[in-house]
Amino acid sequence: MDEFLTRALVAGLGLALAAGPFGCFVVWRRMAYFGDTLAHSALLGVVFGMLTGIEPSLGIVLLAVVLAVVLSLSQGQKRLASDTVLGIVAHGALATGLVALSLLQSVRVNLMGWLLGDILAVGWTDVAVIWAGGGLALLALWRLWPTLLAMSVDEDLAAAEGHNVARARLVLMLLVALVVAGAMKVVGVLLVTALLIIPAAAARSLARTPEQMAVWAALLGMAAVISGLGGSWRFDTPSGPSVVVAAVVLFGLVQLNRR
Amino acid sequence: MTALIHLDKVSVRYGAQTALAAVSLNVEAGKIITVIGPNGAGKSTLIKVALGLLPPDSGTVSRRPGLIVGYVPQRLNIPAALPLSVRRFLAMAAAKGDWPAALGRVGAGHVLHRQMLELSGGELQRVMLARALLRQPDLLVLDEPVGGVDMTGQAEIYDLIAAVARDEGRGVLLVSHDLHVVMAATDEVVCLNRHVCCAGHPEAVSRHPEYLALFGPRVAASLAVYTHVHDHAHLADGRVEHVHGPHCDHGGGCAHG
Repeated sequence: MDEFLTRALVAGLGLALAAGPFGCFVVWRRMAYFGDTLAHSALLGVVFGMLTGIEPSLGIVLLAVVLAVVLSLSQGQKRLASDTVLGIVAHGALATGLVALSLLQSVRVNLMGWLLGDILAVGWTDVAVIWAGGGLALLALWRLWPTLLAMSVDEDLAAAEGHNVARARLVLMLLVALVVAGAMKVVGVLLVTALLIIPAAAARSLARTPEQMAVWAALLGMAAVISGLGGSWRFDTPSGPSVVVAAVVLFGLVQLNRR
Repeated sequence: MTALIHLDKVSVRYGAQTALAAVSLNVEAGKIITVIGPNGAGKSTLIKVALGLLPPDSGTVSRRPGLIVGYVPQRLNIPAALPLSVRRFLAMAAAKGDWPAALGRVGAGHVLHRQMLELSGGELQRVMLARALLRQPDLLVLDEPVGGVDMTGQAEIYDLIAAVARDEGRGVLLVSHDLHVVMAATDEVVCLNRHVCCAGHPEAVSRHPEYLALFGPRVAASLAVYTHVHDHAHLADGRVEHVHGPHCDHGGGCAHG
């Protein structure tokens, strides 16, 4: 097996492992549009990275973190529904990113690479960052698990029982932002939320407890990465979309199995 | 006796809208305080303030240090995608509790191994009450605790709440939108309509001729009805006009009229 395929596989597996449990919270707490918003803003993050001379990936992470904080603070306002706010931020950031990119005439950006992901281009450094970052994110999730689970049942009830809801909510948004930034490498801006929600949704009917669902989501995501990359190699199809197609097929198989 | 929780002239505004105006309330151990009032009276806001979920715009909320609260929300919107058994839901509140006994006490012993999403409305109410009691709370805060429960079940649950207060010395803050029927065991009824219209012992009013005429002596034996002496009128713009009636007990501390 070629080394770049090995790297892609190891990176993808690390990401799917982290995306599974976080995807469960995205599904439970209806954060799918939040993930999409962060993904849409990625292009602006790339431009931001170029203008300031830092790594484009770091630019994405920084912008995602800033947006997560801003969106978390905006939840206090009642005038606009949260999906409206997310829509404004998502498309505003995407459009600004595209406009800013066209103004930067001196640089050429592989737009398709960002939109659809370019996992075959990841280096060993990226792999290390994905596994280390994913591991830390999962560790933080494990520490906050009781509070986050209580919040998913009912935020007021969790707060009344002494959980620090505001802190856990912010940390979850930041961690999801990091996972989204990482997942963008694999499946690209357009499909990033798919890696979070499809394995988690498929895991739903296999699980009787929240923890089982998190484990199943990670396993199904990893299976999607393996079969997606394998299919991409075999049929010469784009890697990111192939992984998502594999995830959808797995979701379908689980639904059939249930009946 | 020191209060478990004390609200002193608490006011809450949402923009220009006043949700609570100078509401004072005291819950002591072993006492049941029932708050009644129509829709939009600020009952949910009052609960949020009492639980510390919402800071008041003015006034103070003081809780006894180390107070353990058992809260039963009006309803629970558990996401359909969250697999959660009743047993696990109870364990989230009390890791080492006697869950079967707690469920048995609220008459829901059969649901321990069911999934939360499979419960009926009445079963869910009972499970939430069991969960709150498992925390061994000093204060029980109940928001419409018999919603979705049938009539026999309502009486059972009210009896249980009364026993919890009497025998175990827990304070109870109960909220209901039902203006007419409140439990006989209530120590004090607070009639809320953004401000405290009136407050008093339900037994005193349960002998009121108007009350007996309305419900008859049979219902009166099991349920107390609080008909407050309406000494003020609610104007269309939300202001309150004092009307001096025969039972007017407006004291010097009265903020309106």
